[in-house]
Amino acid sequence: MPAQLDPGATDPQRIRNFCIIAHIDHGKSTLADRMLQLTGVVEERQMRAQYLDRMDIERERGITIKSQAVRLPWTVREGDLAGESYVLNMIDTPGHVDFSYEVSRSLAACEGAILLVDAAQGIEAQTLANLYLALENDLHIIPVLNKIDLPAAQPDKYAEELAHLIGGKPEECLRVSGKTGSGVAELLDEIVRQFQPPSGDPAAPPRALIFDSVYDIYRGVVTYVRMMDGRIEARDRLTMMSTGATHELLELGVISPEPTKSPALGVGEVGYLITGVKDVRQSKVGDTVTALHRPADEPLGGYSDPKPMVYSGLYPIDGSDYPDLRDALDKLKLNDAALVYEPETSAALGFGFRCGFLGLLHLEIIRERLEREFNLDLISTAPNVVYRVELEDNTEHVVTNPSEYPTGKVASVYEPVVRATVLTPNDFVGAVMEICQSRRGKLLGMDYLSADRVELRYTLPLAEIIFDFFDQLKSRTRGYASLDYEPSGEQAADLVKVDILLHGEPVDAFSAIVHKDKAYAYGVQLTTKLRKLIPRQQFEVPIQAAIGTKIIARENIRAMRKDVLAKCYGGDITRKRKLLEKQKEGKKRMKMVGRVEVPQEAFIAALSTSDAPEQPKK
Amino acid sequence: MPSALPDGEAVPSDGALPDTALTSVGAHGFGVYVHVPFCASRCGYCDFNTYTATELPGVDRSSYPDLVVAELALAARVLGGTAPPVRTVFFGGGTPTLLPPDDLARILDGIADTFGLEPDAEVTTEANPESVSPASLRALRRAGFTRISLGMQSAVGHVLALLDRKHTPGRATVAAAEAAEAGFDHVNLDLIYGTPGESADDWAASLDTVLGSVAAGAADHVSAYSLIVEDGTRLAGRIRRGELPMPSDDTAADRYLAAEERLTAAGLSWYEVSNWAADEAARCRHNLLYWSGGDWWGLGPGAHSHVGGVRWWNVKHPSRYAERLATGSPGAGREILTADERHTEDVLLRTRLSSGLPLDVLDDAGRASADRAVLAGLLDPTAVAAGRAVLTLRGRLLADAVVRDLLG
Repeated sequence: MPAQLDPGATDPQRIRNFCIIAHIDHGKSTLADRMLQLTGVVEERQMRAQYLDRMDIERERGITIKSQAVRLPWTVREGDLAGESYVLNMIDTPGHVDFSYEVSRSLAACEGAILLVDAAQGIEAQTLANLYLALENDLHIIPVLNKIDLPAAQPDKYAEELAHLIGGKPEECLRVSGKTGSGVAELLDEIVRQFQPPSGDPAAPPRALIFDSVYDIYRGVVTYVRMMDGRIEARDRLTMMSTGATHELLELGVISPEPTKSPALGVGEVGYLITGVKDVRQSKVGDTVTALHRPADEPLGGYSDPKPMVYSGLYPIDGSDYPDLRDALDKLKLNDAALVYEPETSAALGFGFRCGFLGLLHLEIIRERLEREFNLDLISTAPNVVYRVELEDNTEHVVTNPSEYPTGKVASVYEPVVRATVLTPNDFVGAVMEICQSRRGKLLGMDYLSADRVELRYTLPLAEIIFDFFDQLKSRTRGYASLDYEPSGEQAADLVKVDILLHGEPVDAFSAIVHKDKAYAYGVQLTTKLRKLIPRQQFEVPIQAAIGTKIIARENIRAMRKDVLAKCYGGDITRKRKLLEKQKEGKKRMKMVGRVEVPQEAFIAALSTSDAPEQPKK
Repeated sequence: MPSALPDGEAVPSDGALPDTALTSVGAHGFGVYVHVPFCASRCGYCDFNTYTATELPGVDRSSYPDLVVAELALAARVLGGTAPPVRTVFFGGGTPTLLPPDDLARILDGIADTFGLEPDAEVTTEANPESVSPASLRALRRAGFTRISLGMQSAVGHVLALLDRKHTPGRATVAAAEAAEAGFDHVNLDLIYGTPGESADDWAASLDTVLGSVAAGAADHVSAYSLIVEDGTRLAGRIRRGELPMPSDDTAADRYLAAEERLTAAGLSWYEVSNWAADEAARCRHNLLYWSGGDWWGLGPGAHSHVGGVRWWNVKHPSRYAERLATGSPGAGREILTADERHTEDVLLRTRLSSGLPLDVLDDAGRASADRAVLAGLLDPTAVAAGRAVLTLRGRLLADAVVRDLLG
């Protein structure tokens, strides 16, 4: 490699920074794999599928949770630039709505984006949302249809659709197959030709944009940056501009595709910094890094703190696992600036944590990692959004847990709303509208992307989306519709808190804040479910749903009338004693709600969204 | 299919018991149980250890008494003279009366020869109503049997049919009369309630039939058990396949209350959750021995024994039993009860009796539970005030829950 392409010494004119915007399973990782091979940074024999997705969960779900940045040397093969060498920095972006802030920072680090679309499926709502985000960031877009080797591919149809979306001609759309490698070299050439080199003042004080920050158990936090201005030298001390905190720089370098030290990072370059900090909160995505002795005056724009949108209580099924859960959350937090949690006690579920997440996927990922990597068995309460409650005494309460809903006279309640985009074949427009309307959606607009694909835009309460909206949407559209949403402020709404009372005792884990019109349905649903799940007690147990003191639904668990084994001969005694010992063990796993014994499984089943099975007969 | 045996440790090949078990054999009475593992046909609800073939490898009905007598010899060796004379003997099955009275007599003589019998020993045999006759009953009485327990189950044809019982509805009470006539001191009629398809009226009819026999001076004891659908039985299969409804606990509770009401009105009183007797003398002393921590030796395949805090059980199959007995102990497994386990058994067994459980065997938490059970209407307040936990009628139906609470 010519010296002019060495890290820290690369002419910005020879750099192209880009990302790939794609929907889950549209083949982004496979295409990235081909690029790694074609540019020679990974040899054939070292190649493993989806090289860049490091977490097991990422590879299994086929999604990227944390982004990466790989430096690829590329010598143009065709056309007027043939034979010229360049450095391509591929910045991998997270592919999910929950991480749209991370996406926006990754996009800010690029000049161009590849819009990668499965030639058999067409564009999906999340891709569309990220495409709009890229266009807003003034990124140049190269439309690419992937998987053209598939028999079901309809490249002409979708080329038309893409041309319609970004303006341009269908024949400008590149056609590749990440699987066979067809068209990938041409794509790399086009990246050089179409994307702008980075601009930025090489002589200015350094400003580096943090677009990712990853905790590594051996090295501490690894921070990924794009140099916007100036340069950072290996011997610099660094300042984080949001906090003013300064850090020693232990190492800097580039990923190609393994970390490689370099003496400096120059303007336009992409690389990593290691400062020895142990918590990603000290090196936050979106923050600007500068040098202590050549400080920049102004940080780069667009920084914001991650804000949890969805809360859920996480409880260990075995109460003695509580310290392990705390340790596990402490560890995950090192790598996840968006995860917040605080201890919480539930009368029904014991000791646990109220955790805040960016969205449902974030919640699921954290939960899954806790269970898989830390071997914990957890119950999570139904997720809820953050409400702002104004009381008539002019006090304001932020409610992240329904059981903490204030008891005074409520003047108004505000709930977060989102702007949602649904893409659907036009056959399902009616079904989609029905779902959105039944969830208090307001239609903002509707457009035909092509003759048979429609984009619907709605304002929807976030609370309505986090409760099985996506599943409903998928099942009512035979899996064809796709969804994206972004926060869009708050609205006043007619919301009430519904409590579930067991034998007169409220069960905190089941309290929910719901729209007034849906309170009854929620009450009926939960009381019915619980009647099936809670075994009969020695006394009759009413299960009630209540708004304040008003009962809106009621079920009864009739008193158990018989709990005795009739026969007890000499030969039955051992068996009977063992049965009794087993029942006593079972009793220990019961949670007491007042005088009512509730099996742990009843909580789990009642909190799951699917229908509960009938309580099996004894 | 016979039910599975419990897990336990191995029994020494000579059947030897730890010395500690032999220090006070029979302090709460000493009894002998004889298992007769033969039936003419198997009933659909039955999970007892019984076989309908007339010949099994190494065992047939005619040679069976020899096997039992051989185990008696083993018992004598193991107990080594520590056992007092036998207070109660109980022949169960199976259908003991499938064996000729002479064979049963031979076994009983063997017991008497080995351990001696107390002068007023209770000697019971179970019988199917159709398997006895005036002549066989007289023969049994002559041989020394004092009590007979007839498996009546129901007086209603369709209920008997569902239970696969072969006798006609009227046969049980006739057999009871024949037994009384033959001179038996005590006659029990066994009932089952909660059979699928049994109505409240059906049950009332069965109770009335039994009470007719009591009024006639034939039966002086009634056992009433709710039908338990045991895994692996033909009945369980029919319920699983949806051919029959699962008997509900509520129905069983209703039937129990009806039984209590009618039997009590006729002058019987409960002395154990499922047993009623005309007077104290009519109570089954052998079962009371089980429930009061007594010792007994169980003879025959699958029979359970308890001596001095050791429970053991024989291998179940008659052929294997014969094989094992030829060289030593037929014991399949045993458990040496810990103090905790003995306490648990004591509480669970004695709480079921009308004589109740002395509260001083309970810890503080257990006594507090007893007070709560009084408030919940499950234990008799007067008895608790006097220091005993005695179940109320409602408490009898929830006895297992009460026991769990008393044990904390």
